[in-house]
Amino acid sequence: MNLLEKLSIEKSVPGRRGVRFAQPAQPAAAWLPETALRKTPPRLPEMSEFDVVRHYTRLSRLNYCLDTHLYPLGSCTMKYNPRANEEIAALDGFAATHPGAPDAAAQGTLEVLWRLERMLCALTGLAAFTLQPAAGAHGEFTGILIAAAYHRSRRDRRRTEILVADSSHGTNPASAVLGGFAVKTVASRPDGRLDLDALKTALGPQTAMVMLTVPNTLGLFERQIREIADAAHAAGALLYMDGANFNALMGLAKPADFGVDILHLNLHKSFSTPHGGGGPGSGPVGVTAALEKFLPVPRVAEKNGRFTLRTKIRGSIGRMRSWAGNVGVALKAYAYLRAHDAATLRSIAENAILNANYVRAQLRDLFPPAVDEPCLHECVLRTEPEKLNGIKTLDVAKRLLDAGFYAPTIYFPLIVHEALMVEPTETESKETLDAFVAALRAIHAEALADPDRVRAAPHELPVRRLDELAAARNPNVAW
Amino acid sequence: MYSPHTAADREAMLRAIGAASLNELVAQIPADLRADGFDWPTALAAPELLAHARALAAKNRPLACFAGGGARDRFVPAAVKALTQRGEFLTAYTPYQAEASQGTLQAIYEFQSSVCALYGMDAANASLYDGATALAEAVGAAARIAGRKKILLPESLHPEWRVVLATYFAAKGEPTLETVPCPTGRLEPDELARRLDETVAAVVVATPNFFGLLEDGAGIAALAHAHGALVVAVADPVSLGLLEAPGVWGADFAVGEGQGLGNALNYGGPYLGLFACKKAHVRHVPGRICGMTADADGKRGFVLTLQAREQHIRRERAASNVCSNEALCALAATIHLALLGPAGLREVAELSVDKAHRLAAKLGAVPGFRLRFAGPFFDEFALECPVPAERVRNALLKDGILAGIPLGGYDPAWKNVLLVGATEQRTDEEIDRYAAALGRLAR
Repeated sequence: MNLLEKLSIEKSVPGRRGVRFAQPAQPAAAWLPETALRKTPPRLPEMSEFDVVRHYTRLSRLNYCLDTHLYPLGSCTMKYNPRANEEIAALDGFAATHPGAPDAAAQGTLEVLWRLERMLCALTGLAAFTLQPAAGAHGEFTGILIAAAYHRSRRDRRRTEILVADSSHGTNPASAVLGGFAVKTVASRPDGRLDLDALKTALGPQTAMVMLTVPNTLGLFERQIREIADAAHAAGALLYMDGANFNALMGLAKPADFGVDILHLNLHKSFSTPHGGGGPGSGPVGVTAALEKFLPVPRVAEKNGRFTLRTKIRGSIGRMRSWAGNVGVALKAYAYLRAHDAATLRSIAENAILNANYVRAQLRDLFPPAVDEPCLHECVLRTEPEKLNGIKTLDVAKRLLDAGFYAPTIYFPLIVHEALMVEPTETESKETLDAFVAALRAIHAEALADPDRVRAAPHELPVRRLDELAAARNPNVAW
Repeated sequence: MYSPHTAADREAMLRAIGAASLNELVAQIPADLRADGFDWPTALAAPELLAHARALAAKNRPLACFAGGGARDRFVPAAVKALTQRGEFLTAYTPYQAEASQGTLQAIYEFQSSVCALYGMDAANASLYDGATALAEAVGAAARIAGRKKILLPESLHPEWRVVLATYFAAKGEPTLETVPCPTGRLEPDELARRLDETVAAVVVATPNFFGLLEDGAGIAALAHAHGALVVAVADPVSLGLLEAPGVWGADFAVGEGQGLGNALNYGGPYLGLFACKKAHVRHVPGRICGMTADADGKRGFVLTLQAREQHIRRERAASNVCSNEALCALAATIHLALLGPAGLREVAELSVDKAHRLAAKLGAVPGFRLRFAGPFFDEFALECPVPAERVRNALLKDGILAGIPLGGYDPAWKNVLLVGATEQRTDEEIDRYAAALGRLAR
């Protein structure tokens, strides 16, 4: 068969073993009823340790990753993942502690969680945080349940609707619906900001919350954020901030000052923890003092330098998952923050903003920005197929892979036609950005001269363009 | 701190942008919304940061771990750690650009296949946050498929998981959850039958259950199906090295906590939600799914598939909001299972069962202590203590033993119950030390 690398099961040889254990004193049949035992062993690969190491090392080499390639995925903040953080999170004292250990045996971990919560409070100006949500979308859902609990506590049963911007992440409306709310979408103005008048029209006694991404997904600051907050509050609604783009605000601004009631942050974005090919993430949720009692349990408390985990709190929405959260991820974020002082924190956002504008300034003649003004941490550019022999954003993205760059986020936000959403982050050097700009300019030229070459990209990768339609039509998801 | 820019770089870049200064760019955020200061500790240089972290880690106490409850101290081969720390896996994003992500994608396909093999299912996803959230997603999917609203949850399901489900569905008000009492520690057919009717969308059954006991999965599945309800199984994947697969005994969905496959305890996370189902339900699976396909030359390759289910396409019409999952933990599990193979996984399961049973015999022989429930158990058991279990747990800390999880915090009726487990990691010396310490306590 024509393939890149055999599956592990295709390399399996009956009788091979990668790891052996001691024999039990008595076999399972001595303890368990025969009827409970499986009749056939699970179809797992049988490989030597070396087979396994070689197999997964070979697979790893088929990936682009941040360590090898610029990864300018907008709204994903693919910044360098410091290895010191990995070393710290893997320390045995942290990694080997069972979540059911009594507080007295887990003081080190509890102290880190408490300190990290305090640091996130300092950064955002909010009163309290939970580290329990395992991802950004999980954090959004947590925030929505908090909003529901808040309105219920006021016996205000009319609040059935959540307003989201048309530029929002798809998780915002999806999370709102999971919380039992109807979703109404509010339009953005041509300058990419939420239309305040449209918002005011949409707000009413039925509005539970307004969800807004700041900076928004166009990389622009919502300059009327205070007015938005005031309008929401005047209507009795809460303001939720999707903090996926917090990298632009790090050390520069505190969302509490904007009038935000609830927000989530992504430790796997702004706080440098690695994304691992799709997770684990961590989506801490911060709230104002008025909403603190609704936070999920468990919560870390401190008294006289002793730390405890509180599981029973009146008013809490409950538990969003088992145990305290993605502690291993929190440890990395804590290490990241402790490596900075207030001034270097600010330089994170400043350099992220500088890099995004540098890319934008040098591409705006060929790939026009969705809104042509300076941006914050990311810029949204457009491909113009009508001027490029029909070459679309997808083609440009695939050709970028050939040039040795991961592709930007594409076709998002949905309000921008043929969007290329570029977020370089602060950890990329000028040389890398120059090379990226040169690659995109070369693709533009190639689209004019040899569009078929671009349309058939990628050419240099382990596989050519893959048939996604066939995969969805007849799903083959397991051997 | 991690930005490479020199002053000269910054100057050149500002010039290219046409901005006079960084402040000019930052001024997009109105001055009155910018912070004038942060209450922030001084930065730690690299050596001091590591020393600080080591000092904190040392405040946790190393203990011989006899606690379980969905978090297990299992052996993790060195190759798992080495391979998952490779930057190519560690620092990649969700594989949106399939052509540049074949390594991650093939590994996800192998993960899904391994999960299907363990659970006897046809389809699995790329992972969810943990076992509890995987169950919440499965229960939600089952209710949508059945077109019914009620879910029956046995008391023998992890109490924290029951709270997670209640939290997930409280605001929306559906599906509704009804707890089935389990005075014998198991889901009894009579108790279940009494509650089954045409409003029940699904029955959840955990085996081994929260108390370590084996449930009659086949009997429960037959009963549920007779009433048109779906069956959602919860099972520890390690137990499936030995026990019959849920898909074989009749479950429609199966979920589990996958931490024990190659992932550290980490005080509760990141863990690994396993989710699998029968083929008929594949379009109701939440989260990312990897599928096999071919490229323009007919060469085999892998892509994220069935994306029309997902939030980034469907927005408010999506059935789930899941985006990030626990990919690196799933990779660890995949590598772990490839290293162990069916024989190694069976050995781990048998060792755990054997050690748990020898431990149970010793602890149950200590005056005043006994096993709370009768019936076959896997590698955990409920120990009834003559005093509050929390006191027992605290007393044994000085012997270097984490004796188990006291259950009184979950239910006052379980105040004297300690949930105890053993894995392949526990030595005979530790088992004897535990029994001796309990014996001293009893005197």
